[in-house]
Amino acid sequence: MEILAALLGLLGGVLSGLFGVGGGILFVPTLVLVLGLTQVHAEATSLLAILPALLAGAWRQQRYGNVDGRAALLVGLGSIAGVAGGVELAKALPEDVLRRLFAVFMLVVAATLAWRAFHPKPAYSSKRDAA
Amino acid sequence: MARLLAIGLVAGVFSALFGVGGGIVIVPLLVSLAGFDGRRATGTSLAAIGITAGAGALFYGLHGDLKVGSAALIGLPAALGAVGGVALQQRLQTRTLTIGFSLLLTAVGIRLLV
Repeated sequence: MEILAALLGLLGGVLSGLFGVGGGILFVPTLVLVLGLTQVHAEATSLLAILPALLAGAWRQQRYGNVDGRAALLVGLGSIAGVAGGVELAKALPEDVLRRLFAVFMLVVAATLAWRAFHPKPAYSSKRDAA
Repeated sequence: MARLLAIGLVAGVFSALFGVGGGIVIVPLLVSLAGFDGRRATGTSLAAIGITAGAGALFYGLHGDLKVGSAALIGLPAALGAVGGVALQQRLQTRTLTIGFSLLLTAVGIRLLV
């Protein structure tokens, strides 16, 4: 189970580098379904687990000149208040309600990605121009 | 500036509630509200999430909800994977991958729902 979890971690990292999203969204179900954590513990642990991948990803992106440091700082600082509220909300919800909410969130993200794949925006297609 | 702080606030609630970075919220908001192009929004979102996820891990940790060993087990291989993923993003046609990822999320989402 530990080896499977580590492999899924590797996969989550690749997907987060590819899409700029997707690390945590795979870590949480891995922690719940493979390692048997509760939903709250999995969400808490996922937030810590995405930090090494983020550091690696941000470092790689910086090399390509794609980080606006000032904007990142402002968004990050603004998020701290939201995080404080979100933690209290997650802990106040019953375990199964939180798990199902997360499942719905996954399905919405899946639909968003599918939409993006079939309706590419110019902003996203500029990816290949720069490559 | 107020817009960037507000984007952060919304992303922070999402991040802590679902245990994710919040890039899925930050990237489209930076594009639609702050005029970023997709690539720059993605890079900037990754850096912002460092603060968001760090704060989330800290607040959850204060409640005693953090499993540090499990985080290392998943997080350290993920760092290796992320470097590979960013390199692939520069040269890969991601449409097929995006659809595959979408199907994977759908399957796991349904598994968690029932």
